[in-house]
Amino acid sequence: MFDIHNITLGEKITAEDISEDLEFLDDWEERYRYIIDLGKQLPELPDELKTEDRFVRGCQSQVWLETDYDSDADTLYMAVDSDALIVKGLAAIVLAALNRQSPQAIHDYDMDAFFDRIDLLNHLSPTRGNGLRAMVGKIKQQAQSLTA
Amino acid sequence: MTFDVAALRAQFPILNQQVNGKPLVYLDNGATTQKPEAVLNVLEHYYRTVNSNVHRGAHHLSDLATGQFEGARETVARFLNASREEILWTKGTTESINIIAQCIGRERLQPGDEVLISTSEHHANIVPWQQACLATGATLKVIPLREDCSLDQDAFDQLLTERTKIFAIGHASNALGTLNPVQEMVAKAREAGAITVVDGAQAVAHFPVDVQALDVDFYAFSAHKLFGPTGIGVLYGRRELLEAMPPYQTGGEMIETVSFEKSTWNQLPYKFEAGTPNIAGAIGLAAAIDWFNQQDREALQAHEDSLLVHATKQAEAFDGLKIIGTAANKVSVLSFLLEGAHPADVGMLLDKQGVAVRTGHHCTMPLMDTLGIPGTVRASFSIYNTLDEVDRLFEALEKVKTFL
Repeated sequence: MFDIHNITLGEKITAEDISEDLEFLDDWEERYRYIIDLGKQLPELPDELKTEDRFVRGCQSQVWLETDYDSDADTLYMAVDSDALIVKGLAAIVLAALNRQSPQAIHDYDMDAFFDRIDLLNHLSPTRGNGLRAMVGKIKQQAQSLTA
Repeated sequence: MTFDVAALRAQFPILNQQVNGKPLVYLDNGATTQKPEAVLNVLEHYYRTVNSNVHRGAHHLSDLATGQFEGARETVARFLNASREEILWTKGTTESINIIAQCIGRERLQPGDEVLISTSEHHANIVPWQQACLATGATLKVIPLREDCSLDQDAFDQLLTERTKIFAIGHASNALGTLNPVQEMVAKAREAGAITVVDGAQAVAHFPVDVQALDVDFYAFSAHKLFGPTGIGVLYGRRELLEAMPPYQTGGEMIETVSFEKSTWNQLPYKFEAGTPNIAGAIGLAAAIDWFNQQDREALQAHEDSLLVHATKQAEAFDGLKIIGTAANKVSVLSFLLEGAHPADVGMLLDKQGVAVRTGHHCTMPLMDTLGIPGTVRASFSIYNTLDEVDRLFEALEKVKTFL
């Protein structure tokens, strides 16, 4: 059964872990196999959750984002899915940085700096029609509305 | 065959570079072609020595620029076998079609009228007509595809009626490469009384086009898909129709006289060219056409055919690969899917190996919906590609498979 609270990216695997892992992988093949494997650790979103309001517009690949805010713990839980493996893997990296954080921490997080550090910034560039940038924007927007 | 692809490639400086540590294999020619030295030199020479506004003839440079600019129009006219008054400069194919949809479509269409297009059209040859229909109460009709993605000619015959006021069709499909029998279709459409429009964006770089032989009312193409610069394109229009059409935009250049009460329009082709035109672009396009015509066009076409044959043969033998679009007549485009792989993933993993392709819906969403696929991977070949590069594509695809 799909349960957004079971996604441990951001807790068991953090942005720091990914940064360290990628530092050891210098050829592109290893890096992309690693990214794709990360994506495969994310559960598939059930079809009934793949709705218009969870859909993130991207030119080439489709991305869905589900969130759940626990106000007692001030924690935002997230799940993402995509029909493309690399985008899903990159989305998993975003979750490693943002999942299970407070809206304030999410709002303050510098995703461009992180992707620059792990040398994947080109995937966040506005010219890439892969929905990843739009997904980060959507998460940040939700976080901002929760801090307001 | 004496055709020397290495010598031809050497004229395209951009091709000689590494991408992601590998020699670039540029197979995205359907999106845009690269530019030969001859075009680059003309563009630089223009800005270094000639640049001036045209048709203002008060000084030497303006005379030079005007001469080159209008000379370019004559070059395009010869290229299409038209006369110079029938050649309008536009931003590209998209603007060309918008001009027709705006100035003829919206002017003449009425409720009950129909515009006939095909399933495989580029958005640029769908949306302007769809909007013209919405504005006028006319109906958009669509020719379906056969199994091999060629147009269903029986359905075309059925759909073409006296209600068909405009027939607009791509010469070749950008997404699949299918070459449409436009000569026959245009003849039938004219017979039925329709205004005929051909989107030649994917045709002009592959084979000669003669608008008189086609007997078509409008023909549109973009310079950048023909080894020329971006931001400039052409609309050929039959003189009587252009004369009857209202202007597209108003302003400088396109007027004859202006008072605060009224204005009168300049003669053809200037009536449709408001504002300072893309002078360098027009001259660059003419340079591209001149260069192209200096080549052995038949040998180039044979070379492109051999690239497609070689690619298709390998694709058919490639485990898990499905060719999308298997019509008998195609320009050199190979659109395909890898079993279980999203086109976006394939594209990114090819890019990492220096192979540039396009992935996605190729601005043909209704076509992809019809085929029930999210998009394809498209390798589109041009005259400077080599058989070795085709092999590189398939080697790279073998590697892609190991990721999936």
